[in-house]
Amino acid sequence: MKVLRPHSVDDALELYERHPDAVPLAGGTDFMVAWNGGSENGRLILDLSALASWRRIRDTPSMLRLGALVTHWQLQQETLVKKKFPLLVDACATIGGRQIQSRGTLGGNIANASPAGDTFAPLAVYDARVRLRSAAGRRKLPFMDVFAGVKKTHLRPGELIELVELDFPKKPARQFFRKVGTRSASAISKTVAAGLLWLRRDGTVRELRFALGSMAPTVRRLYSVESFLLGKKPTPRVVKEAVALLEADVDPIDDLRSTRFYRMEVSRNLLRAFLRSGS
Amino acid sequence: MPKKIELEVMINGQKQVYRGPAFKRLIDVLREDFALTGTKEGCGEGECGSCTVLLDGELVNSCLIPVCQAEGARVETIEALGTPTALDQLQTFFLTKGGAQCGICTPGMIMSAWVYVREGGGSDAASIREALAGNLCRCTGYQHIVESVIATVQASNRRTRKK
Repeated sequence: MKVLRPHSVDDALELYERHPDAVPLAGGTDFMVAWNGGSENGRLILDLSALASWRRIRDTPSMLRLGALVTHWQLQQETLVKKKFPLLVDACATIGGRQIQSRGTLGGNIANASPAGDTFAPLAVYDARVRLRSAAGRRKLPFMDVFAGVKKTHLRPGELIELVELDFPKKPARQFFRKVGTRSASAISKTVAAGLLWLRRDGTVRELRFALGSMAPTVRRLYSVESFLLGKKPTPRVVKEAVALLEADVDPIDDLRSTRFYRMEVSRNLLRAFLRSGS
Repeated sequence: MPKKIELEVMINGQKQVYRGPAFKRLIDVLREDFALTGTKEGCGEGECGSCTVLLDGELVNSCLIPVCQAEGARVETIEALGTPTALDQLQTFFLTKGGAQCGICTPGMIMSAWVYVREGGGSDAASIREALAGNLCRCTGYQHIVESVIATVQASNRRTRKK
C-alpha cells in the first residue's frame, strides 16, 4: 500500500492529477472496512486528512460553507448549523456511533455516493451546491447533479470535493427528518426522508421540498409530489393524492436490508406523516 | 513515496516514534509496536467499538485508522486510565457493578464512558445509552454497563459537591 500524504491543497491537486487512479482518503470509515476485508490491496492512497483548511466551517451573510473534511460530529456541535440546518444535524446524529461520526466527513460521504448516504436527503432539500477543485480549476455542481449511480459520481479524474455550500433558508413552517433502520447507530438505512415546507398565510403551499434516500440508486427529490402540492392546502384528500404520486419519483430495490414493498409503504407513511404534521 | 514511514505520535502522554508500513492500522500499531494490548479488536469493520481509543481527544475506532493519519496526533488508550493496582473509578465500577463479563468490549466501552463522564454527562440512562451507542456488548445486555456509568457519574458529583 503506497500512501501520498499532501499537506497543502495545491500539492493534493497536483498529486491527484499525476495519479488519477489514487483513492482519495478522508475519514476512512468506509474505505478502511473494505481494506480490512482484503479487497483493496495494493491501491495508491491519496490521504487528504492533513488538509486543515478543508476542515473549516465558514459563514457569509447568505450561506454556510462546509469544508469537505468537516466531520459528522463537528456538524452537530456547530451553533449555526444547528440553528439553520437542523435536518442535517439530525442526519449526522444517525450516522453510526460517535466513533464513526467523529471520523466520517461530509465530503467523503458524498464522494462515496452510497444510495443510503444519510446526509443526502437533507442536503437535497437544502438545495446544497458542491464545489469541486482540480489542478485545472474549480467548478460547482448542484447537489442533485453530483450522483451518477450507485457508488458513482460525476466527478472528473483529478477532481476533489472542496466544500459544500448551503444557502440560509427562510424559516420553514414544517421540517422533518426520519431514518428508518434496524438500530439508530450502526445501521444502514432502509429508507431516509427529509422535508421542508413553507406555507402562505391562507394555508396553501408556497414551497415544498421532500427527498428520500435508499429508495433509488441515488437520493431522489419527489418533484411530482412537490409540484402537485404547490398552491394547494394539504387537506386529507390532497395529501392522499400527493402520496399516490410518490411512486413516480423513486425506484427501490429488494436487498438484504429490506424489500421494495416495505420501502414503498414506509416512504408513503413518512410523506403522509410530514404533510399532516401540524394540521 | 516510501511504503515504510517514520512518524511521531504521542501515546498516553509519551512521545513515540513509529517505523513501519504507512497503512498499518492504528490498533495493530498499538498492540504490536507498542505492546498496548488493552485495546481489543472485535469486528474489524467499525461497527462494534471494541477498539475505541481517543485520537486528538476524539473517540475513534482504531481499526479504521491507518497509522499515517495519526502522524503528530495524541492517542489515548485504556492504559491511560488506571493500573491494575490503582484502578480508575470507571474501571472500579465496571468491576463491582458487573459491567464487564467476557472483557472484549470493556476497554472500548470504558473509553466511550470516560469521554461521557469527562464532558459532564448526567446520570440518566437514556443519555448514557446514546453516548455508548457505538459500542456493542454481547454479554451483559447493557444494563450493568449503564449502571456502572451511573455510579461513576454519581460518585464524581458527590466529590464535586464536597469541594
